[in-house]
Amino acid sequence: MTYLDHAATTPMRAGAIEVMTEALATLGNASSLHTSGRRARRAVEESREDIAAALGARPSEVLFTGGGTESDNLAVKGIFWGRRGADPRRRRVLASAVEHHAVLDTVEWLAEHEGAEVTWLEVDSYGRVTPEVLEEVVRRAPDEVALATVMWANNEVGTVNPIPELAEVAVRYGIPLHTDAVQAVETLPVDFESSGVSALTMTGHKIGGPYGVGVLVLGRDVTCTPLLHGGGQEREVRSGTLDTPAVLALASALREAVDRREHHAAELAALRDELVEGVRSAVPDAVLNGDPGTVEGGRLPGNAHFTFPGCEGDSLLMLLDANGIECSTGSACTAGVAEPSHVLLAMGADVRVARGSLRLSLGHDSTREDVRAFLDALEPAVRRARGAGLSGLSKTSVGSATAPTEV
Amino acid sequence: MRVLAAMSGGVDSAVAAARAVDAGHDVTGVHLALSAKPGTLRTGARGCCTVEDSRDARRAADILGIPFYVWDFAERFSEEVIETFVGEYAAGRTPNPCMTCNEKIKFEALLEKAVALGFDAVSTGHYARLSQESGAPELRRSRDEDKDQSYVLASLTPQQLRHAMFPLGHSLKSEVREEAERRDLAVARKPDSHDICFIPDGDTKKFLDSKLGERPGEMVDADSGEVLAEHSGVHGFTVGQRKGLGIDKPAADGRPRYVLSLEPVSGTVEVGSAERLSVTEIDADRPIWPSESPIDGPTECVAQIRAHGETCRAVAETTDEGVRVRLHEPMRGVAPGQSVVLYRPEEAGDLVLGSAKISATR
Repeated sequence: MTYLDHAATTPMRAGAIEVMTEALATLGNASSLHTSGRRARRAVEESREDIAAALGARPSEVLFTGGGTESDNLAVKGIFWGRRGADPRRRRVLASAVEHHAVLDTVEWLAEHEGAEVTWLEVDSYGRVTPEVLEEVVRRAPDEVALATVMWANNEVGTVNPIPELAEVAVRYGIPLHTDAVQAVETLPVDFESSGVSALTMTGHKIGGPYGVGVLVLGRDVTCTPLLHGGGQEREVRSGTLDTPAVLALASALREAVDRREHHAAELAALRDELVEGVRSAVPDAVLNGDPGTVEGGRLPGNAHFTFPGCEGDSLLMLLDANGIECSTGSACTAGVAEPSHVLLAMGADVRVARGSLRLSLGHDSTREDVRAFLDALEPAVRRARGAGLSGLSKTSVGSATAPTEV
Repeated sequence: MRVLAAMSGGVDSAVAAARAVDAGHDVTGVHLALSAKPGTLRTGARGCCTVEDSRDARRAADILGIPFYVWDFAERFSEEVIETFVGEYAAGRTPNPCMTCNEKIKFEALLEKAVALGFDAVSTGHYARLSQESGAPELRRSRDEDKDQSYVLASLTPQQLRHAMFPLGHSLKSEVREEAERRDLAVARKPDSHDICFIPDGDTKKFLDSKLGERPGEMVDADSGEVLAEHSGVHGFTVGQRKGLGIDKPAADGRPRYVLSLEPVSGTVEVGSAERLSVTEIDADRPIWPSESPIDGPTECVAQIRAHGETCRAVAETTDEGVRVRLHEPMRGVAPGQSVVLYRPEEAGDLVLGSAKISATR
């Protein structure tokens, strides 16, 4: 099997599995006052300190959550409520149009149920938000903005946003900026304090840690209204008994990822470039979406996202899967249906392009053999998929783009 | 063979896929997403479009150990099935959307994609017997007469049928449910779907109103020419309809009145007595001969004009436009737009000779 879907989830690191397995067999609620509790608490706090150090934050700024989606919801809703509570004029949420659904749908929910007014920040053809776009929007009425949210790196097309520059604009106007850094932490130099953001989302299973545990790094001076009420375990912002084994494993995976980051990112980028070159020579009309990746730091080193004209992504996915190659069409699913990607549409692609795309994402255990196996299988798959054309689309909208079939 | 099993999330298509696996085929399951917004179309109902149905299909595929994907055919479905359905009603005809779906979606759009991707056949959970042994396809009624779906498959061409597989044709529904239980398929007790999948509440009139709006016209007595009532569109009526005509006063002879014809341009709905509904001759066009050969000269057969409707012995022959069917007994409620399907009764199950769309009746 060739696994090229690390952006969906990446294998857990051996060290993290070991730490977690041991912790699962160890008794103790980190909130208990007796010996077992204190032992668990100590392990959790050491993990918190390690995570804070790895992310350039203070330990008190690290809040454990149930994963990336919860962290995004907590940041966006919680900061919105907190800011509006302090000043009722602050009802505007600025969000990039290419956010993950965990942010996108949260923002839409606030608009629908909480009277939020939303401004979608336009992206360029690479899917990037520029500081100019942010400033242009903020300048109109800075007093009315509750928060801005822009992802550090895009999960579909891999384009990296200039978060420190965006944060500089936000800070200048006194607006909190949240960033979803789920895809960024493993391979990009993410540093909370020097970035200038007010809140940052990360999750365990995208860096070789466990599922179901994440972090919201929340600046100490940022007011955030809780979503989950109860014991107030995490700075009174997030309640729920801490998942000690998951927290320990997350810290272990993050330490390892950050220690190796520089070296790993360079290796990954070289492998990715090999993959991109190989795709271009196998399928010359394939289009690489997102940042071209020629300047360091412009694109996630493990991400390659292509459009194969005349193909449906789901045909390619099935044909490659049948050959033991696992990848993704890159967009969110509803009932397993690949919807045209909102990211590609926001970048200006038409629906047909959006349907014909495939995301290949490399990770910490990827090899040249993986890339070679994929490239070997690609050309026949594209040929077949082109024969099948864009069959689900309206006949009139497809027109002559559909190749004749042999039925 | 490499078989693509269309899996709706219901019990029939799940067992059909299981049988294809047992027969030694290399099977891949596919659920067709036919609504652009799953969950908004059939929430809480049975059918082929909900998120729940997609999950049920996925679970069945898991149990069978076959790959499973969801393919989006919403645009094609909307264009080929829903728009055709609405257009036919607007033109005063009575379409069968399931037949259109088989013709245009399952055995055209899906089959074309499947063949292009390297599959040899598409399998579905339809109740009909299909054999390819004699060279030309032979489509016959299912062994389960109550569930027989040969009518809605009769408009498939020989080319389409060559790539089709109906593994349930020789079974009774009760046997299929038992088999699903035996195989631990969670869908074993799921209720059957009945109504039109894109009209979840079953209110066709309301659905058509929302698509077509008000198209007022007159309801006229066929004998006297008297205007009996106003109505909001011919799409609210079907030839043969008796209930819900909205006429205040009873007929002079006190007998019930039926819709006799629909005139879409003027919007006139003609009503009259039951006798005037009786039809003994049907003209139909766009004939399809599933076994390749058209009927040769006047042919004794059995005609059927609705999916689960009555049948009538008849003589059919080809004409320049299609076929003419002379019924031995008069039939009622024969509406333009419906398909007439011709069968030849045989020991091995009634054989489908052909089908054609009804254009005129006498």
